[in-house]
Amino acid sequence: MRKPLWYAYLLHRVSGLLLVLFLPVHFWILALAMRDADRLDAFLALADRPMVKAAEFGLVFLLAAHLFGGLRVLALEFLSWTASQKTLAAGSVAVSFALAALFLLRAI
Amino acid sequence: MSEAAQELTVSVWRGDARAGAFQGFRVPRFDSQTVLDVVSWIQQNADPTLTYRFACRVGMCGSCAMMVNGVPRWTCRTHVSKVVEAGALTVAPLRNLPVIKDLAADMDPFFEKWAGSVHEPSASRDDEIAEIRPDDPKRAAASSAIECINCAVCHAACDTVAGNPDYLGPAALTRAWTLFNDTRHGGDVLEVVSGAGGCHNCHSMASCTANCPNELDPMSAIAGLKRATVRRVFRRD
Amino acid sequence: MINRPLFIIQRLSALVMVPLVFGHLALMIYAVQGGLSVDEILGRTQGSWFWFCYYGVFVLAASVHGAIGLRTICGEWLGLRRGLDMLTWLVAASLTCLGLWAVVAVT
Repeated sequence: MRKPLWYAYLLHRVSGLLLVLFLPVHFWILALAMRDADRLDAFLALADRPMVKAAEFGLVFLLAAHLFGGLRVLALEFLSWTASQKTLAAGSVAVSFALAALFLLRAI
Repeated sequence: MSEAAQELTVSVWRGDARAGAFQGFRVPRFDSQTVLDVVSWIQQNADPTLTYRFACRVGMCGSCAMMVNGVPRWTCRTHVSKVVEAGALTVAPLRNLPVIKDLAADMDPFFEKWAGSVHEPSASRDDEIAEIRPDDPKRAAASSAIECINCAVCHAACDTVAGNPDYLGPAALTRAWTLFNDTRHGGDVLEVVSGAGGCHNCHSMASCTANCPNELDPMSAIAGLKRATVRRVFRRD
Repeated sequence: MINRPLFIIQRLSALVMVPLVFGHLALMIYAVQGGLSVDEILGRTQGSWFWFCYYGVFVLAASVHGAIGLRTICGEWLGLRRGLDMLTWLVAASLTCLGLWAVVAVT
């Protein structure tokens, strides 16, 4: 019963949920910069650990996936595209993966 | 089918709105056997108390839809050979609707959602008949739901309906899209579909379009409603 | 769960964020080279009206967008019906406050 576009929906929802849960943490860490620069620097030093690298890769992937998935939805709703939506959905995942991989490559 | 010796293992949902469970039956295979044939065989030969609903047997009436191996289908137009998995079939009442008994789902919540999408004539018999050209784009768009027979397969397939019972669902919204494009419709259908359960809840998962036995495209119709309702806010037309 | 005004706000905030997210992704890929440090971040953003406006608008759009998204998820996956409006306002307001605090902190 479930088709590729259902997975596109699920990816969009899960990425959105994780991003909105990450936002308060992101904001709080940045706000540390003003109050306590040493603590933020100590925190940023953690970024060299492989686990943190993986989490960063995940976040970039989530953001890119949500961006391209959202562009797909906007196109579908407002441009009345009917053909090849599955290809678009797959393409958006591929591009977001490529972007995240690029990020990871430059981060290492 | 080569040998008549073959049998089907069929799990049939038995119960009512409060409780129920699957019951197993063994049903002989026949050539060109449909799922409706299987259900009828059980009712006629194994358990006469089995409740189910059908009428035309040829895909015209839209009353025999059930979940077959987890997928909503017209049982009368579904050959066993197409859906059987390792000699087994699972038949259950339509998803996203209350159960009356066994395989008969309660269609009332489904039809209640159509209430806002009933034709309201814009002219009386004393008026001139409005001229509508067959190749008019709005007339072509109105065709998108004319072939709908209210079988509720799309409603059962929709995961958004499953998570949000107030959502009007693909069938009623596709009907609304046809009324919107029908120049002879006098009612304001765009306001009907702009409320809390309206077209804007659709997540474009396309289960409706993928499962419609008449190959209609409710997802695109709902996208059309989204565009029209938003355009009205910004252009006031 | 989602009516027309909420839908329009959700799609408009998404449109606003499209160029901002592209820029954010590009900046991340550029800035992460050689590791991050407070000095590097602050050196770029402090005293810059451009970055203040960029991330100020980003925070506002993301807060509203995230709040409406969370509203839909709570409604569809948790079955919440009452208090959805309050939840939406609460999430939007707290994300906005926290986000603007962070923007002020780094600019």
